[in-house]
Amino acid sequence: MSSFLLSLAIWIPILGALPVFAAGEHKPLVRWTALAVALAGFAVTLPLYFGFDPSQAGMQFVEQRPWIPRFNVEYFLGVDGISVLFILLNSFITVLVVIAGWEVIEEKLAQYMGAFLIMSGLMNGIFSALDAVLFYVFFEASLIPMYIIIGVWGGPNRVYAAFKFFLYTLLGSLLMLVALLWLFLESGGSFNLLEWHQLRIEMLPQMLLFLAFLVAFAVKVPMWPVHTWLPDAHVEAPTGGSVVLAAIMLKLGAYGFLRFSLPIAPDASHYFAPLMIALSLIAVIYIGFVALVQADMKKLIAYSSISHMGFVTLGFFLFNALGIEGALVQMISHGFVSGAMFLCVGVLYDRLHSRQIADYGGVVHTMPKFAGFLVLFAMANAGLPATSGFVGEFMVILGSVKVNFWIGLAAATTLILGAAYTLWMVKRVLFGPVANPQVAALEDINAREFLFLALLALCVLAMGVYPYPITEVMHASVDNLLKHVAVSKL
Amino acid sequence: MKLLYLIVPLAPLVGAILAGLFGRTLGRAGAHTVTILGVLISFIASLAVFFQVMRGETFNGDVYTWLESGGLKLSIGFLIDPLTALMMLVVTFVSLMVHIYTIGYMAHDEENWPADSRAGTNSYQRFFAYISLFTFSMLMLVMSNNFVQLFFGWEAVGLVSYLLIGFWSVRPSAVYANLKAFLVNRVGDFGFVLGIGLVAAYAGSLDYATVFAKAPELAAMTEQITGWPLVTAICIALFVGAMGKSAQFPLHVWLPDSMEGPTPISALIHAATMVTAGIFMVSRMSPLFELSDTALSLVIVVGAITTLFMALIAIVATDIKRVVAYSTLSQLGYMTMALGASAYSAAIFHLMTHAFFKAVLFLGAGSVIIALHHEQDMRKMGGLKKYMPITYATVLIGAIANAGLPPFAGFFSKDSIIEAVHLANVAGAGFAYFCALAAVFVGGLYSFRLVFFTFHGEERFRKDHHGEEGHDGHGHHGSHEPHESPKVVTVPLILLAIPAIASGWFIGPLLYGEWFGEAIVIDAAAHPGLAQMEEAYHGIFAMVAHGVTTLPFWLAVAGAALAWFLYIKRPDLPAVIKAKSGVLATILEKKYGFDEFNEWFFAGGARGIGRGLWRGGDQILIDGVAVNGSARLVGWFAGMVRLIQSGHIYQYAFSMIIGVFVLLTLWLNRA
Repeated sequence: MSSFLLSLAIWIPILGALPVFAAGEHKPLVRWTALAVALAGFAVTLPLYFGFDPSQAGMQFVEQRPWIPRFNVEYFLGVDGISVLFILLNSFITVLVVIAGWEVIEEKLAQYMGAFLIMSGLMNGIFSALDAVLFYVFFEASLIPMYIIIGVWGGPNRVYAAFKFFLYTLLGSLLMLVALLWLFLESGGSFNLLEWHQLRIEMLPQMLLFLAFLVAFAVKVPMWPVHTWLPDAHVEAPTGGSVVLAAIMLKLGAYGFLRFSLPIAPDASHYFAPLMIALSLIAVIYIGFVALVQADMKKLIAYSSISHMGFVTLGFFLFNALGIEGALVQMISHGFVSGAMFLCVGVLYDRLHSRQIADYGGVVHTMPKFAGFLVLFAMANAGLPATSGFVGEFMVILGSVKVNFWIGLAAATTLILGAAYTLWMVKRVLFGPVANPQVAALEDINAREFLFLALLALCVLAMGVYPYPITEVMHASVDNLLKHVAVSKL
Repeated sequence: MKLLYLIVPLAPLVGAILAGLFGRTLGRAGAHTVTILGVLISFIASLAVFFQVMRGETFNGDVYTWLESGGLKLSIGFLIDPLTALMMLVVTFVSLMVHIYTIGYMAHDEENWPADSRAGTNSYQRFFAYISLFTFSMLMLVMSNNFVQLFFGWEAVGLVSYLLIGFWSVRPSAVYANLKAFLVNRVGDFGFVLGIGLVAAYAGSLDYATVFAKAPELAAMTEQITGWPLVTAICIALFVGAMGKSAQFPLHVWLPDSMEGPTPISALIHAATMVTAGIFMVSRMSPLFELSDTALSLVIVVGAITTLFMALIAIVATDIKRVVAYSTLSQLGYMTMALGASAYSAAIFHLMTHAFFKAVLFLGAGSVIIALHHEQDMRKMGGLKKYMPITYATVLIGAIANAGLPPFAGFFSKDSIIEAVHLANVAGAGFAYFCALAAVFVGGLYSFRLVFFTFHGEERFRKDHHGEEGHDGHGHHGSHEPHESPKVVTVPLILLAIPAIASGWFIGPLLYGEWFGEAIVIDAAAHPGLAQMEEAYHGIFAMVAHGVTTLPFWLAVAGAALAWFLYIKRPDLPAVIKAKSGVLATILEKKYGFDEFNEWFFAGGARGIGRGLWRGGDQILIDGVAVNGSARLVGWFAGMVRLIQSGHIYQYAFSMIIGVFVLLTLWLNRA
């Protein structure tokens, strides 16, 4: 079976960036072209969900043709129940980012929009590449637009943050490159991921492979203790950059665990599972405490992201369906919720040019509509049932208790910590008397801001009230993965 | 059939959405009309369901599958049995009364907001949206047929409680109280979620019927990792959840502060319905709790401590709402004791009678508060009887019921609990019986103290309070005589006062009849208390006749008499006693110091840990030593290498000669 949908999802945004660049200084044209491209990019991903056959565990919408025949490198794309939703999420978030940057970005608008569109295409490439070289190219290429976005449109300390982001992630992925080359040789000259999944590998190389991938993916997730680049990157990035970083880029690392580490090195994965669970729980608890004392809203949400991603890696290494599916649900939910939280901070920042919690107070009196949205997203961030934030957390906690009560107990502390740091921030920003004349002069959200917040609110609520359609597409692929991981490759 | 069940929760939800999202368009009258209509429909449908259940038509079925994963099917569904039907009726009736009452209570809500607050312009509509949303959530909680939806409702009522305690978001005390309430409840939920996790892990299902069918199997198991008896672990974890929601010691600290919210929600959420969710939950889980005497012991002891020690604070509190709040805590303690004594039906029975008489007390207190222009301090009240006869009469009814005097509702339910605790055989029952009796005396005292302090004696509201008047926005303080509240306030009071008297008379069918049927499971062989009481029961008249000859009755009367002596006969005495009792009074006024301790230990401790980890871990160790340290290491190394590469030919030549010399020496001496 052949299909062009995945290629379209990748190349429409990337090539669509060209007319955006061409529109140059004509701002309305830039905006509307970018929006049209983003919408077209999102539209082509919809058939991926509606045409997806949930009963099938294997890859769907496959495209496979030679690329560099000499090294047996292929242009090989396909999605399964694990990856398909992230392509939709990514393309959807891109639309929101375009809308969010509409009037806010004044300098180099065309380049800004273009960078996001290119990044969107590249990330779709990461989620659908089934050839290791193709994957690596997309994986590394996606760093460049983000580096530029932080470095050009970022805050005062943007150069430090951009370098830290770039070096951290680049150093991480170099070891992955070594691992990929080793696998190429070991498999007798193939970069085909699906073939790699079938390789028999000795324990020692499995462990080395696992560690090489771990470094690459742990930095991206980010896992404790290689997380410190994220708060810096978020603080300096423009709102759109933070949204994409939190909503999509962090998911790349987590996705890597499922696509590479677990199926290629299952024995090593089991061997290292206690370590991974421990690091994840440290992320949940340690970072939860750290988030509590942040004075900068973006830093707080960045730490909260790390804590939530701890739930994702925890779920993966429980090796049960509740854990892995819960982790996947958490990833999607976190895409909506963290994106929404960063957009909310952006709304405030655009007005007051401050991210310090102390500069706000009593915002509900001047921006009641905004306050309604922020409370909703904060509740989702705190994992309140009937929001998307609850579903994944709940599944992972259930999965943990099944494996070991104490893991469940440690994970469940997020109920208290998550609520504490999120709602304490909300209290200090929104409630109480109006804090200062700047807050008194705030204008409530306009129609454009209402639009993107309302879209995200709908997603958050819909996914919380009826998550069934989301988990339904995962079952076959996750079951397949679990079966695969349960069999030793020694 | 099924449609009827759907209507019950969805009608208030529709009202909430309309009033919440389109409040400005609907206007005030539109908002209260749609929400009251929604709750009215819900109440009528609940009545219909109640009569169906009386005829034996129960129901257990799913509405839709919420999620399926790892062999676990999680659904949204209804279990309509006698327990549910009774709860639905109580919730929708009290909610309806409170909705109507709110029209009067919130009529001038704009006065509570700063003039330029945009959130204040539609606060009236928003309040109605919230209380309707609460009604929806509470109904989902009680109608659930599984643990997941139970938890949904559980958290949703918590959310609405959070929104309503902090409703007047301009007040720092209110937004402090709502955060505190949410977080303390989250501590309870932490236990609750682990209990649910254990059920899911070992029973393989979260559907009530499936889990309860497996209860005997579970009783034989131990938790694999910890080695604990499984059912005991599950029950204790679930009970921690109940302690949060039903404000049991030591998680009671949020409830008194929740009085920062408008009075209608104190009546609806923090007295009649939400706080009883924990009681309801444990009753619902009776098939599990019956299998663990350890858990029941914990339940009865926690209930006993709450009952007595919270009642004591009610004696010294001077804020009228806080008195009622501490009284609520004490009454919740009674219900919890009943659960521990395996008298689940008695707990639910007291839950019902309490819902009525406590709603009366709160709404009556609210009526006084609006008559005195938002004055809540009883020291500035007194003598209101003649100005507010209807409020006085209804509050008096509520107080008598609260004190547990016959033939008012509270007598039947409280007396049954005391008797059940007396007959209970789990460890700690003796202590609980003592607390229960002592709290009866204290209950009589604080109930009548409230009545006498507020409605009798000197008219202290006439005294000038210049200090406060400066801050007061309304300006008409003391310029009018206090007068009876409007009909929207008094009619709900009267309608609630009727069941506050009469609902106790249904003790026969509820406690000793077949009403609860299979909804509540009691292991009569192990816990025979209720069965023994049933043998001794010969109708309500015999119960009253017997009741007046027993100790609890005379303790309550003694409490009431003491209140009369202290607040009518010798109103100068309380101050003297307080001065003489010294440290004891201070302990009570400080509420045993829980707030200070929690603020210092938990809030301060968490911030301290957070700062320590952030500064010490992230900034110094990871970024300082590891990240920037390795960057510096590279820099230092490069600097060293650079020193050697000076660019001077003679230096290079010199080092080459040295090198050749060293190599030659080594080569020649290699031996």
